[in-house]
Amino acid sequence: MAHGTTNREKPRIYGLMAEFTSPEELLEAARRAFAAGFRKMDAYSPFPVDGLAEAIGFHRSRVPLIVLIGGILGCLGGFFLQYWVSVVDYPINVGGRPLNSWPSFIPVTFELTILVAALSAVFGVLALNGLPMPYHPVFNVERFELASRNRFFLCIEATDATFDLDGTRKFFEELSCQGIYEVDF
Amino acid sequence: MASNQQNQPAEAGDSLPIIEPGHTFGSITDKISSIVLTGRTPWFWYVGFGLSFILVLGLFFCIAAVITIGVGLFGIMIPVGWGFDIVNFVWWIGIGHAGTLISAILLLLRQKWRQSINRFAEAMTLFAVACAGLFPLIHLGRPWYFYWLVPYPSTMGIQPQFRSPLVWDVFAVSTYFTVSLLFWFLGLIPDLATLRDRARGRIPRFIYGMLAMGWRGSAIHWHRYEIAYLLLAGLATPLVVSVHTVVSFDFAVGLVPGWHSTIFPPYFVAGAIYSGFAMVLTIAIPLRKLYGLEDFITMRHLKNMGMVLLATGMIVAYGYLIETFMAWYSGDIFEKYMMMNRMFGPYGWMYWLLILFNILIPQALWFRSLHTNVIVLFLIAISVNIGMWLERYVIIVVSLHRDFMPSAWGMYSGTIFDYGIFVGTIGLFIALLFLFIRVLPMISIFEMRELVHEEEAKND
Repeated sequence: MAHGTTNREKPRIYGLMAEFTSPEELLEAARRAFAAGFRKMDAYSPFPVDGLAEAIGFHRSRVPLIVLIGGILGCLGGFFLQYWVSVVDYPINVGGRPLNSWPSFIPVTFELTILVAALSAVFGVLALNGLPMPYHPVFNVERFELASRNRFFLCIEATDATFDLDGTRKFFEELSCQGIYEVDF
Repeated sequence: MASNQQNQPAEAGDSLPIIEPGHTFGSITDKISSIVLTGRTPWFWYVGFGLSFILVLGLFFCIAAVITIGVGLFGIMIPVGWGFDIVNFVWWIGIGHAGTLISAILLLLRQKWRQSINRFAEAMTLFAVACAGLFPLIHLGRPWYFYWLVPYPSTMGIQPQFRSPLVWDVFAVSTYFTVSLLFWFLGLIPDLATLRDRARGRIPRFIYGMLAMGWRGSAIHWHRYEIAYLLLAGLATPLVVSVHTVVSFDFAVGLVPGWHSTIFPPYFVAGAIYSGFAMVLTIAIPLRKLYGLEDFITMRHLKNMGMVLLATGMIVAYGYLIETFMAWYSGDIFEKYMMMNRMFGPYGWMYWLLILFNILIPQALWFRSLHTNVIVLFLIAISVNIGMWLERYVIIVVSLHRDFMPSAWGMYSGTIFDYGIFVGTIGLFIALLFLFIRVLPMISIFEMRELVHEEEAKND
């Protein structure tokens, strides 16, 4: 096991983790940790907790922009797919109607807009979250399997500038947490 | 009408809880995940899956016969070129709509009661669309050429004709299936992580672990996740409306009397939601009983779904009324004849049965003593399922069998292969549902935890 180290170049552990029993306690702890100057940390909960991401200093998400770009690409791609097929590649004269009969291209354009936007939403969120990720140090904590059941965790990472094992442990002890665990790599 | 009834439930509905009191994060997690993680499969699972799988075997046989011998095995013959295949296609696609409606539209409307029914309703959507997708493929006659519908780099220099609504259908249905699958899977990821952490066997742990992709419930991940989920709901909402609209265009764009009508898109979408909610009720009522989930799928859910049935049923009734009125008001001899033939022609009995099953019987939902009675709700749901199938039969077959020229009139009836494939897809649908219930959580666990948290906050 790691012993108290202040060697920030090569931390021997991933971080220090505290366990809480309610989302309110976790939210409070996250706010206090941020106020105490910790920045490299993450909170873990079995369901989304309002304001938790903001409490640990995460404000802007790029998901909406990715979806917007996906939607625009799908829309243009859908329309020009039909335009290219009907006007350029294989023009068919159907009862003298114009080759670029755009109103009849709308349904496919619409469907492809939705399709590409939805694909970029799902794959965008997975990519931003770095999933799939087969291994992560937090899973080394035995109690962490309750993070998907009824327990709430806050992990301050050893790479944080203000992290030192004893000081962080003391910080956690002042909070109403259930347990404090060292997270091995 | 629909939104009114959803937003302002009757007084009795407000007092009914959306989750029975006394549940904690842990008890919810354990109860829902134990259905999947138990080593003992209940007897009714074997019975249900076994019986439905027999029907699936029948489906395989019929499909094999139709592919080897040809579509001559079906009852279709000019003038009725669209028979059971298209009736069943429209019926199944319609059923799928309720899943998306529950998961997307009710999410945007902040209807909390959706949370215990959205997961299996979404699964139902997927399986219904899968069943629907089979029919056009079989109907092609040479299904191995299905990819001709897709604009692929063809060496023959021939591309799909995008002015045809049938090509729109391909895009609409395949987009619908893909987006429904994504929506369902995104919702499943946190629950798969729960199963990964709760599973005791090595193999289930490995499989759920792979599927959960390392989800660890990080606050930043949840933040992005919730935004993406909401955006997907926003995308799925217009999509679900567009799918049955495009299906109705298949008819409305044609010149056949009874099809060529501008009311078709809204009338089809309302009918789709109607049949879909009927199917959700048909599945939810036995499920909650068999698995003892009355705490999560409460009377409130059943009653709310009954109200949606009533509202959409009235829209469908309005559609029938306007169709009849327009046939008379248009002064068009063919339209007028179509309506008379529909009511009093050789298939007239079907029309009146349809009115009975779809319009008259569901009126029982007006009465509180009836819409809070589980058995009555179940019977009404079955009645609507039958009624909506008859509606599609009446629209498709009865319109086609006598169009303009009396010399070109004919009669139609399904053959044993038509019925075999139809009943087979019902078996496929039920078999897939049973598999789903056995291996995946049928109720969204993390959303139920959220619900418990909100209920606690409300009580404090």
